[in-house]
Amino acid sequence: MEEIGSLMQGFAVVLTPVNIGLMFVGIILGVLIGVLPGLGGANGVAILLPLTFPMSPTSAIVMLSCIYWGALFGGAITSILFNIPGEPWSVATTFDGYPMAQQGHAGQALTAAFTSSFIGAFVAVLMITFTAPLVAKFALKFGAPEFFAVYLLTFCSFVGMGKGSPFKILISMTLGFALAAVGMDTVTGQLRLTFGQTELMRGFDFLIAVIGLFGIGEILLSMEEGLKFQGKSARINAKVVWETWKTLPKYWATSIRSSLVGIWMGITPGGATPASFMSYGLAKKFSKNGAKFGTGEIEGVIAPETAAHAAGTSALLPMLALGIPGSPTAAVLLGGLLIWGLQPGPLLFVEQKDFVWGLIASMYLGNLVGLIVVLTTVPLFASILRIPFSIIAPVIIVICAIGAYTVHSAMLDIWFMLGFGIVGYVFKKLDYPLAPLVLALVLGDKAEDSFRQAMLASQGELSIMWSNALVGSITMLALLMLCWPLIAKALQVIRAPKADEFAAQRPVD
Amino acid sequence: MSNQQTPEESGSPVLVRNCRVDTVVAAILFIIGAVVVVEARRLGAGWTTDGPGAGYFPFYIGLILSISALGVIYQSLGAKTRDDGAFVDRVQMGRVLSVLLPAMVYVLAIWFLGLYVASALYIALFMIILGKYPRQKSGVVSVIVVAVFFMMFEVWFKVPLYKGTLEPLRFLGY
Repeated sequence: MEEIGSLMQGFAVVLTPVNIGLMFVGIILGVLIGVLPGLGGANGVAILLPLTFPMSPTSAIVMLSCIYWGALFGGAITSILFNIPGEPWSVATTFDGYPMAQQGHAGQALTAAFTSSFIGAFVAVLMITFTAPLVAKFALKFGAPEFFAVYLLTFCSFVGMGKGSPFKILISMTLGFALAAVGMDTVTGQLRLTFGQTELMRGFDFLIAVIGLFGIGEILLSMEEGLKFQGKSARINAKVVWETWKTLPKYWATSIRSSLVGIWMGITPGGATPASFMSYGLAKKFSKNGAKFGTGEIEGVIAPETAAHAAGTSALLPMLALGIPGSPTAAVLLGGLLIWGLQPGPLLFVEQKDFVWGLIASMYLGNLVGLIVVLTTVPLFASILRIPFSIIAPVIIVICAIGAYTVHSAMLDIWFMLGFGIVGYVFKKLDYPLAPLVLALVLGDKAEDSFRQAMLASQGELSIMWSNALVGSITMLALLMLCWPLIAKALQVIRAPKADEFAAQRPVD
Repeated sequence: MSNQQTPEESGSPVLVRNCRVDTVVAAILFIIGAVVVVEARRLGAGWTTDGPGAGYFPFYIGLILSISALGVIYQSLGAKTRDDGAFVDRVQMGRVLSVLLPAMVYVLAIWFLGLYVASALYIALFMIILGKYPRQKSGVVSVIVVAVFFMMFEVWFKVPLYKGTLEPLRFLGY
């Protein structure tokens, strides 16, 4: 087993006192980010990214990925104790988590949520350990047309799997591509869409967009509701944890099923949010206590949390192996890799072995550290939520402004951030998804380059997208995804439509 | 989720409905798409001597953007697909502007006073005016928060932040 050897080497790279320390710092910052309104995985990592520039890439990615795990854990705390989903993927956790807290079982609900998060992530990391090298080896055979086909598949999947109007998904995506095109053209060196403004030559940085869209946009949305936190208090002690752990093995089927759902939805850019809903729905259907779901069933907490974490973790597989992130947060991590001078993609496994296996090893350790940290510090984080919003809101806006400034040390970026904040607020209210915009902004240049290289090779013939079995099947799959809304409509005419019971609650993201 | 709160619940007059905003936003997006298309054609959207021109890819992007925007306009005007939910009512609009406008003033203030001083003032004023906190408490909280940021960025991580054209913190030596 070549992978196990490499993994052990990875552990050796990660297990230094500095890295372990950074892991704890990362997890704590991450949970903080997950708990605070307006800061989430994507913009939290974006804001903290500049702090890691002086570190070595391995230490930096260890800290950043731990922030990500922390944010995934943190979302559950607010859902269960306050009935406020801190992140879109923890909406499904509120269905049974909050009723449990109301009945005084907050400790059990939190323990179940954290433990199943850990299990979901663990299964997904196991999957990454053994499949990522294979995918990377396979991807070494890819040429420009194959890569473009994979990009196409990524973006078409948003249309096929997304919720809401397909037009809005397309708009969000193309707007991202258009913003990515601003600035200097990488091939010809021409200035594009700058309209003579020298400040626009830099183009729009996706980190600024992420901070504005998710951070400022979220604050404006929370403000609109006139948010008041009224939470249940939680006490977790070793006894509650132990008692809950003893009951968990009963639900092994739910855990495995949810992990698989999460892994599948994470690799295809369906994302953690649909994964958590799908897994909740399946658990309800298969469980003996299905009818009682929504009144405080522990299984209703296990299912969405396992799936959300499995999806969040496996979103890193396409990022590492192909250089194509499966979620906005993975996109921010990818942006970090580029800034540190690492080119994500199949060659990373050959050229930067230490880094890749260090990262994978840190996923194992980070989730373990995360589980320990959240189980011991929940009351602390819950008390942060009791700080009034009129203190939290300005502090978060200040953090966003600092984050936007540090990316390029440019004042104009803070204005752009505010602008993106307004766009984020309006888009969220009108149910435009934001993830395609962010991914298009990150991948715009690379997708365009591979498209132009492919066209150059074929002298402008689109038929190169069907030139061999591999590229042809990926392209076909992509087109199938793109046309899925139409196909689904056609199927509905033939068959009676199946009602999606959670359609109303599921957020567009 | 835009249509959770009906105007009856919040008891405040609805300023504008979703379908209206949808149409306006889509119209703006259509114009953006059209601008991209025109600009891409100017740059050369066709085949040049050395391959696809600089506008080749943006041309199609702009085209899809414009067409999709027309699709949204069609959906927002259609009787069946249109969303009559309240986009925002007067109370909500007031709350949103009470955060957004000060944030703009804050960004303007950063220009002159630098990030630290502007942030301290912003947090303190936000707490006093919107949070109705006593002045002393607000001042103390804001200074502590900004001091933590200062230590974190300037001292520990050595990432210098913007000091403003007036540089009010010059005496600190950073």
